[in-house]
Amino acid sequence: MRYLPLTEEDRRAMLARIGVPSIDGLYRDVPAGALLKAPVDLPPHAGELEVERAIGAMAAKNLGTSAVPSFLGAGAYRHHVPASVDHLIQRGEFLTSYTPYQPEVTQGTLQVLFEFQTQVALLTGMDVANASMYDGATAAVEAVMMANRVTRRKKALVSGSVHPHYRAVIETYGHHTGFAVESAPADPEGREDILAKVDKDTSCVVIQNPSFFGHLVDFETLCDAAHAAGALVIAVTTEAVSYGLIRAPGNTGCDVAVAEGQSFGNPLGFGGPYVGLFACKEKFLRQMPGRLAGQTVDVDGKRGWVLTLSTREQHIRREKATSNICTNSGLCALAFTIHLTLLGEAGLRRLAELNHATASNLADRLTGIPGVKLLNDTFFNEFTLALPKPAAPVVEAMARRRVLGGVPVSRLVPSDPKLANLLLVAATETVSEADMAALETALGESLEEVK
Amino acid sequence: MSTIRYTKEHEWVMVDGDVATVGISPYAQEQLGDVVFVELPEVGKKVEKGKELAVVESVKAASEVYAPISGEVTEVNGTLTDAPATVNEDALGKGWFAKLKLANKTDLDGLMDEAAYKKYVDGLH
Amino acid sequence: MAERPSGTVSGAATSAGAGTISGNRGLMIEEPLSFEQGMPGRTGVDLPDVPKHKDRLGGLGRRNEIGLPGLSEPQVVRHYTRLSQKNYAIDMGVYPLGSCTMKHNPRLNEKAVRMPGLGDLHPMQPVSTVQGALELIDTLAHWLKVLTGMPAVALSPAAGAHGELCGILAIRAAQVAKGDARRRILVPESAHGTNPATAAAAGYEVDPVPADARGRVDLAAFKAKLGADVAGTMITNPNTCGLFENEIREVAEAIHAVGGYFYCDGANFNAIVGRVRPGDLGVDAMHINLHKTFSTPHGGGGPGAGPVVLSEALAPYAPVPYVVHGKGGFDLVEHDGTGKSFGRLKGFHGQMGMFVRALAYMMSHGSDGLRVASGDAVLNANYILAGLKDELTPAFEGTCMHEALFNDSFLEGTGVTTLDFAKAMIDEGYHPMTMYFPLVVHGALLMEPTETESRDALDRYVESVKGLAKRAKAGDVAYFQGCPWHTPRRRLDETLAARHPHLRWKPEEPKKAAE
Repeated sequence: MRYLPLTEEDRRAMLARIGVPSIDGLYRDVPAGALLKAPVDLPPHAGELEVERAIGAMAAKNLGTSAVPSFLGAGAYRHHVPASVDHLIQRGEFLTSYTPYQPEVTQGTLQVLFEFQTQVALLTGMDVANASMYDGATAAVEAVMMANRVTRRKKALVSGSVHPHYRAVIETYGHHTGFAVESAPADPEGREDILAKVDKDTSCVVIQNPSFFGHLVDFETLCDAAHAAGALVIAVTTEAVSYGLIRAPGNTGCDVAVAEGQSFGNPLGFGGPYVGLFACKEKFLRQMPGRLAGQTVDVDGKRGWVLTLSTREQHIRREKATSNICTNSGLCALAFTIHLTLLGEAGLRRLAELNHATASNLADRLTGIPGVKLLNDTFFNEFTLALPKPAAPVVEAMARRRVLGGVPVSRLVPSDPKLANLLLVAATETVSEADMAALETALGESLEEVK
Repeated sequence: MSTIRYTKEHEWVMVDGDVATVGISPYAQEQLGDVVFVELPEVGKKVEKGKELAVVESVKAASEVYAPISGEVTEVNGTLTDAPATVNEDALGKGWFAKLKLANKTDLDGLMDEAAYKKYVDGLH
Repeated sequence: MAERPSGTVSGAATSAGAGTISGNRGLMIEEPLSFEQGMPGRTGVDLPDVPKHKDRLGGLGRRNEIGLPGLSEPQVVRHYTRLSQKNYAIDMGVYPLGSCTMKHNPRLNEKAVRMPGLGDLHPMQPVSTVQGALELIDTLAHWLKVLTGMPAVALSPAAGAHGELCGILAIRAAQVAKGDARRRILVPESAHGTNPATAAAAGYEVDPVPADARGRVDLAAFKAKLGADVAGTMITNPNTCGLFENEIREVAEAIHAVGGYFYCDGANFNAIVGRVRPGDLGVDAMHINLHKTFSTPHGGGGPGAGPVVLSEALAPYAPVPYVVHGKGGFDLVEHDGTGKSFGRLKGFHGQMGMFVRALAYMMSHGSDGLRVASGDAVLNANYILAGLKDELTPAFEGTCMHEALFNDSFLEGTGVTTLDFAKAMIDEGYHPMTMYFPLVVHGALLMEPTETESRDALDRYVESVKGLAKRAKAGDVAYFQGCPWHTPRRRLDETLAARHPHLRWKPEEPKKAAE
């Protein structure tokens, strides 16, 4: 077995040293009958080639987004990741290292996290950021719980602009852990008046920008009114590239910014692992969830980094911790940081503009198809189309033409028949002119095909 | 002349009229190590004897500071927010946490005086 | 922690960097922050010109600079390569971090996850276009169910603690459905901090259960705490002391007798894979850390994955989404149609990248190899225990499971602490063992070698630890208090970091000399 260095001779000698006759002898505390004497009913060991073949066979049954024109978004975006990102994150010193609890032998990871925190704070316009969360949805619910702690209120108001999965996660935590969640109905046209629902029990208003349907949100007046009522404003972003082109939540009065950071450095990977971003105003520092890297000096006076403020965390605070989280999303955060460092200010701005331009031109193109209507006045790189037919079968019909033409809103919100014809279409820098033409053709044909 | 009393959880309380000043003992600060943060109660909060009054944090631990007596918080030591090390430097003096309005004098019954506390701490070793 | 040792130490170079002009020390190269190396206008990515388009930002466009530095590709590659070299890693040597299961991370796993058709799948593609991905998830689920002897598995939790929350919420939902909401959860004092944090997060009162003198749950004390208000218990098995809870069935029967559920923390599953099925022990729910037991990389602190196996009683309450066998192949249930599921724990479908890696690992070992691996993990830990028991002080008598636990009695009177001892391990070329955990053992040193280590490597490790113990007993306190001496940075001032949190770079800071 290629992963196991011990030989039979080693095992015999080691057992002799321990003074136990067999490996089974080391399991003597296992209750009678529970110690298996033979392998369980699963396939036996396999060589590298066989495993590659088996997994490759499963992969071959899928239609990957790199093989066909793809316009999928709804919280996960296909971007070009520079080759050096994947090379660097596979360096064993990053890949196979543990959480940096021993700072003297993990300065690499710690400095990366410090850079990551700085990047996230800059992108969001916030004062501080943590070292990442599981994903955007869990970052959002942690932000809600932090708002509950800070305001000592127990009702979150979730806008209809927020991704349905994020809403579901907030509702799940709320329902089972004891805070109220008022969810506004899905808001495909970007017209809701969320402020009308704020009251004295509201701890926070959760709003997504760009919204799940693509609309851009004007936070300034929203924040003033929410703050006047004593509630915090949590800005959710599922497409982090948008930070390069639109106003940052910290510059428009928001208190907390959370986001899905997948777009930088991380592959689509069928939905995970991704990397949640969490940033906020400095005054909430000690109420923040998750790990934090902080700057300090060593005994020789040299600058270095450590994990800090860990008394907020479960391994010290136990049942009084700010969150039960132990793991962050270290390697995904590393990929995020390297990609963003490669881009730099100029690269990120160009990338964001390219995304916007591509999507804007695509929208113009698709609205030329009879019966197809654009619901957005504003958007970044994703918009909502109202089709003359139900979107789900149209998407299936496009897939048969080898075009991944968007995400039907009904896939995420099946309960609302009013949304059945809505299609989310995203266009990133990976979309070519030929891809756009393919989508235009496939959508036109599919609309005719579907009854 | 005020008198100092100690709890088994290593808080001290000094009563002057109906004003009770509360802090943690030199032994407690030594056990904690470098204090890095103190979470103080809000002025006006009514606390019950034996319930959480404040939280004191070192690098590796966070400990509750319990109210040695019941009463309303009338003042907190804001200097600890910027200079938590004061707790290490002068636990019985400048490192006080909060002043409470003593509601019930009998709350002091059962707390240890200086000599009894010293004996109690010696017994912990 | 900022004191300098009084004694001089041979070979220790406290200020070796001062001897060079650059401040570098050979392969130890100083590296400033990326933010300190940037130049405006420079970039490491070439992008095409932006085509003409209609602006649809509605006046909500960014008005200020972001403040990101500009670096070219070679600068970026060099920067992160240098940073990587300041880390210790399982690829470099023995990483005996107890309770963390730092085992070899095969690169086949990395290759598999990057295959076209897996790495480039969007989570919201039509189900008809991802049949292979669903088959892979279903296959992984099958392996996990067979290995644990449990009938169901919820795959979406993102990490161990997330899995704990999943299990506890399933328990809560099951009891609420019966009109029997409960208040307390029993958690051993030796438990990992996530257990009480999770129970509290789910709204339960945490009731601690003491350990007995043998390092196991005190069964009598456990039973004395049981009552109709107990929702369940969270017990790690093998436990955090590296011991198998030999009365685990009695614990399960007792909790079931009062209508409670048994949540098993599967953090230490690596000790028993293929040899003991938790389902045979009365477990109702258990998370599996794929990043421990099934070798998905720790990545400097995640991402992890924490699938939760569930008993028949709890399975109906599992979160969405899950894979089912449909009429035309596999289907993905993303919305609960039964009204029983407790909800959703994260966006999309779970940590797919970890599923691929874990499955590649399991298929490589097979049912036969997994069993040998767990046996070797336990054998290696006992080999360390046997090698060190005379020089160090084992916390408990007898053999252990996959990790060997020592207390700090052997350091008594030396002036050397567990922390000092662990830091000295760094200079010997090892990652330190887990220290001061579990909390129930004074000055704990917890060593988990895993099956990855060869006998030679273990012999050398044991010699180093023994040598350090002798050195400590010989009174060389100053040496230990200064450790580590040979790292890019020596002991760091954690008090300063916590008193004056400095959590991001800001432009007004004076620049440190670059390269």
